[in-house]
Amino acid sequence: MIAFVLRRVLGLAATLAAASLVVFVVLEVLPGDPALVMLGTEAQPQTLALLRAEMGLDQPAPQRYLTWVAGLVRGDLGLSYTYRVPVGELVVQRLEVTLPLTVLAISLSTALAIPLGVFAASRHRKWGDSAIMAFAQLGMAIPNFWLALLLVLVFAVQLGWFSAGGFPGWSESPGAAFQALVLPAIALALPQAAILARVTRSAVLDMMGEDFVRTARAKGLSRDAALWRHALRNALIPVLTIMGLQFSFLLAGAVIVENVFYLPGLGRLVFQAVSQRDLIVVKNVVLLLAAAVVTVNFIVDLLYAAVDPRLRTGR
Amino acid sequence: MRKVVIAFASFAILALSTAAAEAQRDTLTLAMTLEPAPGLDPTMGPAAAIREITYANLFEGLTRIDRNAEIRPALAESWTVSADGMVYGFKLRQGVRFHDGTEFDSADVKYSLERAMAPDSRNAQKWIFAPIAKIETPDRYAVVVTLKRPAGNFLYGLGWGDAAMVAPETAANNSASPIGTGPFKFDRWVKGDRVELSRFDGYWRKDAVALRRVTFRFIPDAQAQISALLAGDVDAVPIFAAPEAVEQFKTDKRFSVTVGATEGETILALNNQKPPFNDLRVRQALAHAVDRNALIAGAMSGYGTPIGSHFSPGHPAYVDLTGRYPYDPAKARALLAEAGHPNGLKATLRLPPPPYARRGGEIVAAQLSKVGIQVSIEPVEWAQWLDNVFQNKQFDMTIISHVEPMDIDKYAVDDYYFGYRNPRFKEVMAAIDRATDPAAQNRLYREAQTLLADDSVNVFLFQLSRITVANADVIGLWQNVPLPANDLTEVSWRK
Repeated sequence: MIAFVLRRVLGLAATLAAASLVVFVVLEVLPGDPALVMLGTEAQPQTLALLRAEMGLDQPAPQRYLTWVAGLVRGDLGLSYTYRVPVGELVVQRLEVTLPLTVLAISLSTALAIPLGVFAASRHRKWGDSAIMAFAQLGMAIPNFWLALLLVLVFAVQLGWFSAGGFPGWSESPGAAFQALVLPAIALALPQAAILARVTRSAVLDMMGEDFVRTARAKGLSRDAALWRHALRNALIPVLTIMGLQFSFLLAGAVIVENVFYLPGLGRLVFQAVSQRDLIVVKNVVLLLAAAVVTVNFIVDLLYAAVDPRLRTGR
Repeated sequence: MRKVVIAFASFAILALSTAAAEAQRDTLTLAMTLEPAPGLDPTMGPAAAIREITYANLFEGLTRIDRNAEIRPALAESWTVSADGMVYGFKLRQGVRFHDGTEFDSADVKYSLERAMAPDSRNAQKWIFAPIAKIETPDRYAVVVTLKRPAGNFLYGLGWGDAAMVAPETAANNSASPIGTGPFKFDRWVKGDRVELSRFDGYWRKDAVALRRVTFRFIPDAQAQISALLAGDVDAVPIFAAPEAVEQFKTDKRFSVTVGATEGETILALNNQKPPFNDLRVRQALAHAVDRNALIAGAMSGYGTPIGSHFSPGHPAYVDLTGRYPYDPAKARALLAEAGHPNGLKATLRLPPPPYARRGGEIVAAQLSKVGIQVSIEPVEWAQWLDNVFQNKQFDMTIISHVEPMDIDKYAVDDYYFGYRNPRFKEVMAAIDRATDPAAQNRLYREAQTLLADDSVNVFLFQLSRITVANADVIGLWQNVPLPANDLTEVSWRK
C-alpha cells in the first residue's frame, strides 16, 4: 500500500512539472499581448513599453518560466495583471464558491443517481426500469445551461424564491450564500445524475450475471438481497470512475452555468483571464486544476483499493 | 420531507427579507457587462469599465463633463484663461476632503498633474498633460498652470477621468482601494461579482446626494442581465447589451427604457495601406455598397444613428455627411470596374466579439457580395484583434466601435491601424489644438469630418446607442454619455 501511494505521488509531481511546461509554452504561442489588451485602442508605444516592463514581459521567455516556477515553489503565485491582487487570494475567493458548489452538485447527483440506478437494475425490463431510463435519457439530452435558464425563469423570475444569480459571500450571510448555490447545483447535478444512474444500472446488471452472484442466489438469497449485498459493491468501481471524472469536470467546467447565474467561480475566473490575457492567472489556475484532477484521480484509485482488495496488492 | 419544507420556507423568508431591504429605497444596484481592469484607478488605464464606476462617483477632477457634454466646475470653483491661451489660473473649492479625511488643496493638484505627466506614468491620455510647462501654487487654494503652447482642449481634458485628483499619500493604492473626493467612497470589491460604494459624509456637496449605498454587479451574459432585472436583483442596466430584448421591457410598466447617444462611432475600418484599399475608388465603392439603415435594423434592432464621418451626431460641430455616399450598388460596381476590378474582388473581414461586430459583419458581408466583393469572415477574440489588427495591421477590413470621446484626432496619428495619411488633415488637427475659441474649433472640426468623408477612409456605419433599462422608479440616470460614466450624484428613487 505504501509503495502504491509513493508511486502515485511521484507520478503526480511528474505530471505537474510537465503540465507547467505545456501551459507556459501554450500561453507563449497564443497571440495577444496582456499589456496591449489592457490599453486597447488607446495604446501608445511608450505606455505599452512601460506596462510591459512593469509586468515583467520584457524578460526572455526561459527566464520568465524559471521565475514563475521558483515563485510556485515558494508558494508565491504572483500578482494578477487585471485585478492587481495576489493570484492566491483570487483563487481562494473563487474556491469559496466553486468547492461548495461542486460538492453540493456531486452529492445531489449521487444521492439521486445511485438509488435510481440500482432500482432500475432491480426492475430490469419492467415498467420502473423503462421509466427511469427514459428520464435519464432526457436528463442527458438537456444541456445544463438550458436547464439553468429554465430554473431561473421559474424559481427566480416567476416565483421569486431565489435571486437570479450572484453570490453574496459566506461571511455576510451563510444562509443567503447557500441559497445562491441551490439552483446552480441543481442545474449541474441533474445531467450528471442522469449519466451516473445509467452507469450504475448497467454496472449492477453486469454483476448480476457474474458467478459469485449466481452462487449467492444458489445459497438462497433473494434476487434483491444478492443485488444490494453483492452486486452493488462490485459495481461501484465504474461508478467511482465516473464520479471522479465528474468532480474534476465540475471544478472548471461549470463555467457556462456560472455565467448564467453570474457566480464568481473558478471557471469564470479562467475564462475571463484568458480573454483578457491575464496570463499569470491563467497559468496558475490551469496548473492548480491539473493538480486537482491528478489528486482526484489519486483519491479515486485509493477508493478502488478500498472497494476491491485485489487492487491493494499492487499488481 | 419536513426538513425540505422547512428549508424552502426559510429560503422564502430570506427572499422576502431582501425584498424588504430594497424597499428603503436609498440603495441602488447596477449591472455592468465588464469588470474594470486593471484595478479601479482611472489615471492608470483607459478601460471604460473603470470610469463607469469611478467617474464623478469616487473621483473628481478640476473640471467635469456633465450629461450634456458641457465643461463644468468641479474641484476648481472657477478659472481664468490668459488672452494668449497660455496661462490658466484655477481657484480651488475650499473644504473639500478626500475619503480618508485629509483636506484637498493646491499641493494635491500639483501632485496629481505631475504624476500623470511624468515620463514613467502609465496614464493613457497623456495628450491632456503634454502642453503643460509648469504648475505653480501661489496659495492653498490657487493653482496657476502655464502651457508650452495654447491647447484648446485643455479644460475639456481636465474633465476626463484620466485627470482625476488624487492624494500623494494614497495614490499608489488607488487600483485596489481608491481614495478620491467624490460623493461615494469605496467599500469593497468582491472580485468577479461586485464593487460596493457608500455615501461619503464629508462630501462638499453632500446634500445633493440621495443614495446611501451603491452596488455595481458584473453580469457578462446578456440573458443573465435580463433575468436579474426581471427578478429584481438589479435596479438598472445602464448599458444594456441585448437590443433585441428591449421591446419586452418597453411594454413592462415596472421598467423604464431610455435610448441615448454614445461616443461610439462604429466603422468598417479598411487597411488604407494595403491594395486594393489604397485606391480611393475602391473605398468609395465600399461606402456605396453598404446600406446603413438595413444594417442598423438587422444587427441592432434599429438602435443606432447612421453616420457619414467619424464624429458624434450629438456634438455642436457635427456635419451630416450620410448623404455623401448613398446606398447605390450599381455605382459601387461601376467604381470597382473603374478601379480595375470589373469582376469584383476578395477580402477578409475580421470581427471582434461584440454583437455589433459579429452580427453587423454578417450583414455587411452579404451587402458587399451584391456588388461582387467576396468576403470571408474571420471571428477573432478581443486580444487577437488587438494583436493582429490594431498592432500588426494584418487585415483587409474589420468592424469596430471607437468609443473614446472626440477621437477624430486618431486619424492624424502616424501608423494608426487603418493607415490613413493626409497632411492636410494633420494641419487641421494641429490648428484645432491651437485654437482657443470654440467657434473656430468647431469650424475646423467640420472641415476635418469632410476630409475624412472625401477620402472615404473607412466606411462610417453608425453611432452606437446607449440603451438603459432601469426600474421605472429610478430617476436621474444619464441618458446620453459624452464620456464613459455612470454619474450617480443626482440619482434617486421616485417618492
